[in-house]
Amino acid sequence: MKKLALSDEILLSIDKPARYIGGEINEVVKDPKHVDIRFAMCFPDVYEIGMSHLGMQILYSMFNSRDDVYCERVFSPWTDLDKVMREKDIPLFSLESQDPIKKFDFLGITIQYEMCYTNILQVLDLSHIPLHAADRGEEDPIVIGGGPCTYNPEPLADFFDMFYIGEGETVYDRLFDCYKENKKQGGSRKDFLEKAAELPGIYVPSFYETVYHEDGTIQSFSPVNSHAKPTVTKELVVSMDDAPYIEKPLVPFIKVTQDRVVLEIMRGCIRGCRFCQAGCVYRPLRERSLDKLKEYAYKMLKSTGHEEISLSSLSSSDYTDLEGIVNFLIEEFHGKGVNISLPSLRIDAFSLDVMSKIQDVKKSSLTFAPEAGSQRLRDVINKGLTEEVILKGAAEAFHGGWNRVKLYFMLGLPTETVEDMEGIALLSEKVAETYYDEIPKEERHGRVQVVASSSFFVPKPFTPFQWARMCTKEEFLERAAIVKQKFKEMKNYKSLKYNWHEADLTVLEGVLARGDRKVGAVIETAYKNGALYDSWSESFRNEIWMDAFERCGVSIDFYTTRTRSLDEIFPWDFIDAGVSKDFLKREWLEASAERVTPNCRQKCSACGARKFGGGVCFENKN
Amino acid sequence: MKIRIKFRKQGTMKFIGHLDVMRYFQKAMRRADVDIRYSEGFSPHQIMSFAAPLGVGLTSNGEYLDIEVNSSGSSSEMVQRLNAVMADGFEVLSFHRLPDEAKNAMSLVEAADYTLAFRAGYEPEDLEGFFQGLLRFYGQDQILVTKKTKKGEKELDIRPLVYDLSIVRDSSDPHAPVNFDDFKRPLIYMRVSTGSSNNLKPEMFLQAYCEQAGFNYSPFTFEIQREEVYGPGFHALDSYGEAL
Repeated sequence: MKKLALSDEILLSIDKPARYIGGEINEVVKDPKHVDIRFAMCFPDVYEIGMSHLGMQILYSMFNSRDDVYCERVFSPWTDLDKVMREKDIPLFSLESQDPIKKFDFLGITIQYEMCYTNILQVLDLSHIPLHAADRGEEDPIVIGGGPCTYNPEPLADFFDMFYIGEGETVYDRLFDCYKENKKQGGSRKDFLEKAAELPGIYVPSFYETVYHEDGTIQSFSPVNSHAKPTVTKELVVSMDDAPYIEKPLVPFIKVTQDRVVLEIMRGCIRGCRFCQAGCVYRPLRERSLDKLKEYAYKMLKSTGHEEISLSSLSSSDYTDLEGIVNFLIEEFHGKGVNISLPSLRIDAFSLDVMSKIQDVKKSSLTFAPEAGSQRLRDVINKGLTEEVILKGAAEAFHGGWNRVKLYFMLGLPTETVEDMEGIALLSEKVAETYYDEIPKEERHGRVQVVASSSFFVPKPFTPFQWARMCTKEEFLERAAIVKQKFKEMKNYKSLKYNWHEADLTVLEGVLARGDRKVGAVIETAYKNGALYDSWSESFRNEIWMDAFERCGVSIDFYTTRTRSLDEIFPWDFIDAGVSKDFLKREWLEASAERVTPNCRQKCSACGARKFGGGVCFENKN
Repeated sequence: MKIRIKFRKQGTMKFIGHLDVMRYFQKAMRRADVDIRYSEGFSPHQIMSFAAPLGVGLTSNGEYLDIEVNSSGSSSEMVQRLNAVMADGFEVLSFHRLPDEAKNAMSLVEAADYTLAFRAGYEPEDLEGFFQGLLRFYGQDQILVTKKTKKGEKELDIRPLVYDLSIVRDSSDPHAPVNFDDFKRPLIYMRVSTGSSNNLKPEMFLQAYCEQAGFNYSPFTFEIQREEVYGPGFHALDSYGEAL
């Protein structure tokens, strides 16, 4: 029987012990003695969140397909166990072998959102690995980071030995071979870092130096080690059908956020919304073929026993053969106890028809993401959704029996005026009016419910809005108050509901998103003073962060509200994400001119991603 | 066709709670391609029910669940198919067809067998003295404990809820569990009243004894294992059906 790292007494005293025992269906079990490389794959959040992440499952299965590698999992211990581990000095362990992370060759951390940065330090700390890469010795694991936040890795530069920029499927094999070779030759940690620095997509932060202007902006950023390249180009899978995918996803015992089979139908997006980082850094759009998707659907449902299957992409409606995949799922699995869920679908006649077939209309609500309240501002952000389309979709949905609608907005977008803010309430009101206009009294199932939510806008690297000024907390809250007030003036006020997000967290996210190496000290100070699980409202403590900024002498406004000039060198400029800085600049200027840019299928805008040689850039061109 | 499945829950699976075990078996039915029946309606669910929830931290050699199927292979084939898709720690022991009019396991449950072993580090110095005292304690006609209820405290006689108690010292003992050798130490065997009314947790009895006899007791003192679950007349739940 498997020996656990934690005693029964501990496991029976904490919440959800199943988070820490492994042993799930499709877990990979190997003898660590018979592999060359032990890789601890970490999602720095609680088990239920980490286990819902598709990318981690893809890499877990890909790494373990190599006989010489054993990839195991580790997550952030929840606060209850965190406390016990510190009191009793228990080192953090992997779920599979329950061995201490410190014994591994690699600790790979996927960095999905800024607010997990203190959890990264928690994982290092509990593993007894020095927080700073500079303090690590030959016996410590190589700490490597990946995921969307590594498109600006600089706030975390001190804590990582290396970052992998881009999609994981392409270079890890070479990195592992390189590690083995170095070990065989008796090479040191530094030798390996130098060899790795020469691999595409690999960024070793200690091999670069930043020089700052007096005003705090960057004067230069350049390699100081001859093995390091001046520009790190993101890695990308050119042909999705040739890339490894999962056949046997792990099946957690406890309920996790994503408790279903997930079919990744495509990567990237053609839409070019100017606030969206994913829409930029995952360019170009690449699709998986219908045949491959069918094959994976069968295999994964069979190997997991899941009762639900879902599509994953940034905008499923843009999949070329959407009808093909949807009809396949319905014909093959509907009515056989398998639920089908279709997120990120545009609301139109087709999707409504499909949804009425697969969902209990009475229980479900429809979601639109206009993102901005007025057509003017939607043009600024290049969100090609018009009021007419929304109201038409809503009307069709109401006739189809739906009476609950969710609307997603952002507040604090560049150029936003009071009219744009009030537009959020006006658009919500129009949706409600549409219901009362379209549906005769005797056919109504009670009142319509329109729930509008707004998040606060955070400018992200590698988007046209990377130059944008971000609002202060006070400005955000004022804007939310303006919207709220407008809602109160609406005739159908009782059918409308308005929510807005936490502003403190947004400001912090803004600093971390566009931060430089100086921000690292703030993260470390906040962590040491007790910041942890910052993305969880029950554990987020803003005062710790504010205190950390003060102690480190780091200005929040420098990273958030400061206006950036067009020729400023950004901390992330050394990364080539495919989309060129020229393109982003053009888009930033087009935004200010309130002009929209056509999507990739309508017209190529020469963003730069064509150089990867695949995807939508080459559609219908033989 | 009504089916009763008996299974073991061992090792680290003791940390999986009852609701998660139910979800686990729903998925296992699909992985093993069991032709299970679904309820009618917009969101059909598998027809499945469990005999008696097992607390987190307990292992078991005798858990039960009932399902309905449209068709089925032989019992041995189905046991094999299910075991091929089990997580380490779960083991299916039998797959029996029930008569159509059979009541479900949950409504039958009246008693269960447990074994209790001292968790490492919790043994009393005088182990033999502990056991002898326990047998004497069990020999009483009445054992009153105060039980906290919604309305306050209540005196309860738990002696009639214990049907049998003995010390198991080697694997030849008829009450020795199949995995006796994993324990390598004497066990306390108990048969207690179980089910919706008059449910007695075996540790409650042990706690009452420890408190009376002056032994330390904590929720971690014993490793507890359920061995079997019975319907009326102490018929084990798998005896209600027959192999296919």
